[in-house]
Amino acid sequence: MPKITYVAHDGVETVVDVAQDDTVMRGAVLNGIKGIVAQCGGGASCGTCHVYVDPENTKPLSQMHQVEDELLYFTACERKENSRLSCQIPVTEEQDGLIVHMPEKQL
Amino acid sequence: MRGESVVVVGAGQAGSQVAVALREQGHRGPITLVGDEQAAPYQRPPLTKGYLAGETDLAGLVLRQDSYYDDHGIKLVRGERVIGVDRQARVAVLGCARTIPYDHLVFATGARPRPLPIPGAEHVLNLRTVADADAIRERLDGQIGLDVVVIGGGFIGLEFAAVVRKLRHEVTVVEAQSQVMQRAVSAETAQHLVGRHRSEGVQILTGTGVAAVREGLVELTDGTVLVADLVVAGIGVVPNTEIAQRAGLAVDDGIVVDAHLRTTDPRIHAVGDCARFASTHAGGLIRLESVQNATDQATAVAAAIMGGAEPYTALPWFWSDQYDVKLQTAGLTNGHDRTVTVGDPAEGRFSVFCFKDERLIGIEAYNRPIDFLMGRRILESGTALTPDVVAQPGFDLRTSQQKKAA
Repeated sequence: MPKITYVAHDGVETVVDVAQDDTVMRGAVLNGIKGIVAQCGGGASCGTCHVYVDPENTKPLSQMHQVEDELLYFTACERKENSRLSCQIPVTEEQDGLIVHMPEKQL
Repeated sequence: MRGESVVVVGAGQAGSQVAVALREQGHRGPITLVGDEQAAPYQRPPLTKGYLAGETDLAGLVLRQDSYYDDHGIKLVRGERVIGVDRQARVAVLGCARTIPYDHLVFATGARPRPLPIPGAEHVLNLRTVADADAIRERLDGQIGLDVVVIGGGFIGLEFAAVVRKLRHEVTVVEAQSQVMQRAVSAETAQHLVGRHRSEGVQILTGTGVAAVREGLVELTDGTVLVADLVVAGIGVVPNTEIAQRAGLAVDDGIVVDAHLRTTDPRIHAVGDCARFASTHAGGLIRLESVQNATDQATAVAAAIMGGAEPYTALPWFWSDQYDVKLQTAGLTNGHDRTVTVGDPAEGRFSVFCFKDERLIGIEAYNRPIDFLMGRRILESGTALTPDVVAQPGFDLRTSQQKKAA
């Protein structure tokens, strides 16, 4: 299974096996990783699964759709160039090794 | 406070979140989560969306991995039903006659599909649980062009209709009221949703009830007979309040709780679909069926059990996915006396601002997520926004609030 690394705001790293076709958000929530809230459970409705993709990332990621783009203006922490909603990033073998950084807060 | 034993009755979205939130908030005592389904706690919204379409399986629905519960000291009892609560002895009684002592008990018993009060109801399937969805999938599997009749044009009925249409079946929705989603959205929004469904080839009949269902046929109250290979009903739910009622707690179409989600017994709370609570947003007792309500109330009750004293005041919000339409509602729009539509309905991107006595009570955002999120903030903060301001040509929620902040 692809491995995804979640880096908490305090720097603590957690590596999780994420099932094919699950999302980066689900990988965190299923394993009880704090730092990703996902109020709406993946409906692209709440903007509480905000992550910063590692600046060094070279893995291909899903394209950003308009809803995600708009929601990212309303996240609790500042939107940056590498901001994504983790519920909109499906995981396949191509994302094995992806690193995402979690913001200080989601609400 | 620490070390107290909590029993959660019901392991849906609300019940499981009570357990998760208790641990996240540092509760150290025993937690027992009892659910009558075999599956680990899972999300229901995808049942009418990706799960039904076969895009995701049960593993894609579960809220936490199985190991999460063990790792966090949450005793998850599956496939078991709590049949009674002895408030004197402070124990929950399971169907197998085992008892679990509690210091705090939380009812998160949810709701069940409202039975269809017509002859032939046994031919009609419901859609509430993963088992229900599996039964429907089995009936649809591998085929196209089946005649599917959906009784009820609410959230469940319309989402189901959209998915089944995408699976290339012939779909008719029968709604007894004059408008679909009447409890949930304004006439403007409902009209656009109906238009969207019709453009996809779904037939929507309103103002017509179902008189009877027979093998392969649905008879409507106006005499029309529809051919039906599959009939699915989504006509609302009945809250599961029987155990609470037998335990002597106040029940009135829901387990009655106060602003702290406490029942008439201070050691017992109720959350989610089964709870009728005092809502500052509705100005009275209401019962809501939504993910937001389930998870926010669960988190609030965990805080209350941990000794918190804050009343529950979270703003209600909802969403629905039908085809490429994302409908998001902030606030409760029911009971509005004026609406102002902003955006471009012809392009399928607009928001309906709903007012009551000149006061904004809710926003229905139809493919306009910014209005939804900004609307939540405005409604949460109580910022005044009058219909005349919203009705001005070129009104834009984002720029209007930026101006205010400047």
